[in-house]
Amino acid sequence: MLEKALVGGKRYWLWVCCLLAVIGVGFITYLYQFRVGLGITGMSRDVSWGLYIGQFTFLVGVAASGVMVVLPYYLHNYKKFGRITVLGEFLAIAAVIMCMLFIFIDMGQPRRVLNVILHPTPNSVMFFDMLVLSGYLLLNVLVGWTVLGAERKEVAAPKWVKPFIYLSIAWAPSIHTVTAFLYAGLASRPFWLSAIMAARFLASAFAGGPALLILLAMIVRKYTKFDPGKEAIQALGKIVTYFMITNIFFLGLEFFTAFYSQMPEHMSSFIYLYSGYGTHAKLVPVMWLSSILALIALLMLIFPQIRKQEPLLAIACIATFVSLWIDKGFGLVVGGFVPNPFERITEYWPTLPESLITLAVWAIGFLVLTVLYKIAISIKEEVVFDKYGEKQVKTE
Amino acid sequence: MSMDRREFLKITGISSILGIGGIFAAGGLRNLVEAQQVMPNPEGLKAKHWAMVVDVSQFKTDEDYQVCIDACHHVHNVPSIVNKKQEVKWLWTDTFEHAFPGQGNEFVPEKMKEMPFLVLCNHCTNPPCVRVCPTKATFKRKSDGIVMMDMHRCIGCRFCMAACPYGARSFNFKDPRPFITKENDNYPDLEYPTRTKGVVEKCIFCYERLAKGLMPACVEASREHAKKTGKRPGLYFGDLDDPDSEVRKILSVHYSIRRKPELGTQPNVYYILGGNEYA
Amino acid sequence: MYNGGKIIIGLIVFVGLMVFPYIYEGGRPAAKPDPKLDTPEILKLPVSERKCVESKAFMTKEHMKLLNQWRDWYVREGNSVYINTEGKSYTISLQNTCMKCHSNKTKFCDECHNYAAVSPYCWDCHIAPKEKEL
Repeated sequence: MLEKALVGGKRYWLWVCCLLAVIGVGFITYLYQFRVGLGITGMSRDVSWGLYIGQFTFLVGVAASGVMVVLPYYLHNYKKFGRITVLGEFLAIAAVIMCMLFIFIDMGQPRRVLNVILHPTPNSVMFFDMLVLSGYLLLNVLVGWTVLGAERKEVAAPKWVKPFIYLSIAWAPSIHTVTAFLYAGLASRPFWLSAIMAARFLASAFAGGPALLILLAMIVRKYTKFDPGKEAIQALGKIVTYFMITNIFFLGLEFFTAFYSQMPEHMSSFIYLYSGYGTHAKLVPVMWLSSILALIALLMLIFPQIRKQEPLLAIACIATFVSLWIDKGFGLVVGGFVPNPFERITEYWPTLPESLITLAVWAIGFLVLTVLYKIAISIKEEVVFDKYGEKQVKTE
Repeated sequence: MSMDRREFLKITGISSILGIGGIFAAGGLRNLVEAQQVMPNPEGLKAKHWAMVVDVSQFKTDEDYQVCIDACHHVHNVPSIVNKKQEVKWLWTDTFEHAFPGQGNEFVPEKMKEMPFLVLCNHCTNPPCVRVCPTKATFKRKSDGIVMMDMHRCIGCRFCMAACPYGARSFNFKDPRPFITKENDNYPDLEYPTRTKGVVEKCIFCYERLAKGLMPACVEASREHAKKTGKRPGLYFGDLDDPDSEVRKILSVHYSIRRKPELGTQPNVYYILGGNEYA
Repeated sequence: MYNGGKIIIGLIVFVGLMVFPYIYEGGRPAAKPDPKLDTPEILKLPVSERKCVESKAFMTKEHMKLLNQWRDWYVREGNSVYINTEGKSYTISLQNTCMKCHSNKTKFCDECHNYAAVSPYCWDCHIAPKEKEL
């Protein structure tokens, strides 16, 4: 089926070449980082995790959100998601690959990465993270490829796929819970030491992931002959709405516990992020942007009159995605390190090389996504769907 | 026999995996180097539970604590990084307010507000850094409780740095060797290795000196300095499991505090604040 | 044949890449490695005592494994004394035991390592002794 990614129109190849260019620049920058060390990033002794780990954290959420389309369709026979499940699964594959890349480029000694497997350490959450991420990737590749292959041959998917699908449904929340545990179990960082960390992660994942999926579905519909379905997009829109409400509610809960208890160590990171300490206020505009975008998104999503209009839904989804990307992919990680254990402030901002490498990893993810979607859509365009009166284009 | 391309690829794939796997398995089964006898150095200092006591009252001038820091950093080739954000330090000082956040108040004596407190890795009995390390590159020695660093195994993920509540760990953001030069007043100690970029490091309670029967470098420097100035030493080191050890005797007479005790890490660096008599 | 032009060009490129290393080396075999044992520290010892931790045959074949085990015994288990097959004790240390006698890294260690095209990163951390010009 891979050969389907090798045929395409001018626009397709232009897009692929742009991605390859970004990847090339980032790769060369990474070689520089590999040679000199992580000193070329903005990270410091105090803020020892930065953009790379932040992006990893955010993308695990996007990967986990695949379950939001798989669960209703396979577990509850929600037929409207029939055409979108493979898009969700393939998005999950691209996101997991990005996660693994972000971890790899963040390591100080990447040549020793196999030590995590050679010296298994069950008490380390990071060891489990490696296991569950790898497992999730394999599951999604297996399930997505098999189901798509069956569709291409116009037969039903083999029965043995079903248990793997059910496994992937249970596995998806677990990858994000384990990632949340990386943070939620550290007594050293009161900003992260919260029982609802995993719940917050899942809520933001299930808002941000489907938001991206909606945007991707709209793009697919515009540029190809494949239509994932208006009802599927609307159903996803409702999912984004409810989880965005939950996510904002959870953030409110965190604020309440920190500020009603008036405990300095719980308040200090919030104060740094949203108000700053004296001249140390680099992240304040960014965090407020995230909050304002979240509010705009929420207002647009809550009212069905707005949500039902797809252009407005698209805007709301972009706002959701960017807001969560800032909050989870940047603010959360940096905020945990500021103030440091000595109650001193060291600020963080990514450097240019760091940003270029990050962009390249995103480009790799989008390249994987493009290739997988090209294959899926090429196959789906040839198959006729006639289930809901929404006809697909027949091939001659 | 005829087979189609899929069959061929399947057979090739599985044979390759079995073949490569078999080579690994066979290699693993080959006799390893015969385990000759290995033993600890009979001259080494032994303990079940190493701990340090810092007599803060003995650190009044800069020199009092700088001799300890210099001794440690020299003997272990700790680089002097120019960029303070990416500095590497095993032993340093901070004020009471910052070393013990939350334990102070505005009516603490002025002198105490400015006093230097030597801070380092606490070699906790319940160390969060060991709990999170995915490769056991940092581990707690069962024999004597030292929280060790295995520089060969560290993958540089920096999870331990996130987990340490005391900010005791440093990361080598770049190659440290250019920063260990005579110009920086910090020249290589040829008996101890340097580190390379991409690994985390911290105080290791001078396990290599303990193995030779020597006290940790900072403790020895503090003793020498005390002899020169006629004061009492500022650092004590010993076995908390031994009721006759120096550290036990001091702690039984003086009230001591530890950093962030509420976190349950059970740190093993104790600070006594005043008074000089001990049994 | 279909795409004959592309296939033939591809074949030529492939053969060229495969043959290139031999052409580059001019067909000569590389010189056999000749690790030198004549360091001042070794020469100071009486001939009867010029023995390594284990026999030459053993070390040639297994020094990598031995060093790995030394690393784990010393760093991870705290055992700093190694008793060899003849009952002699050595302090486990690359920098302070091995390199004390073999103080000529470029003329000893690197000889075989360069020939075998391996680059162990021991000396990224373990300080190699300054080599004297003999």
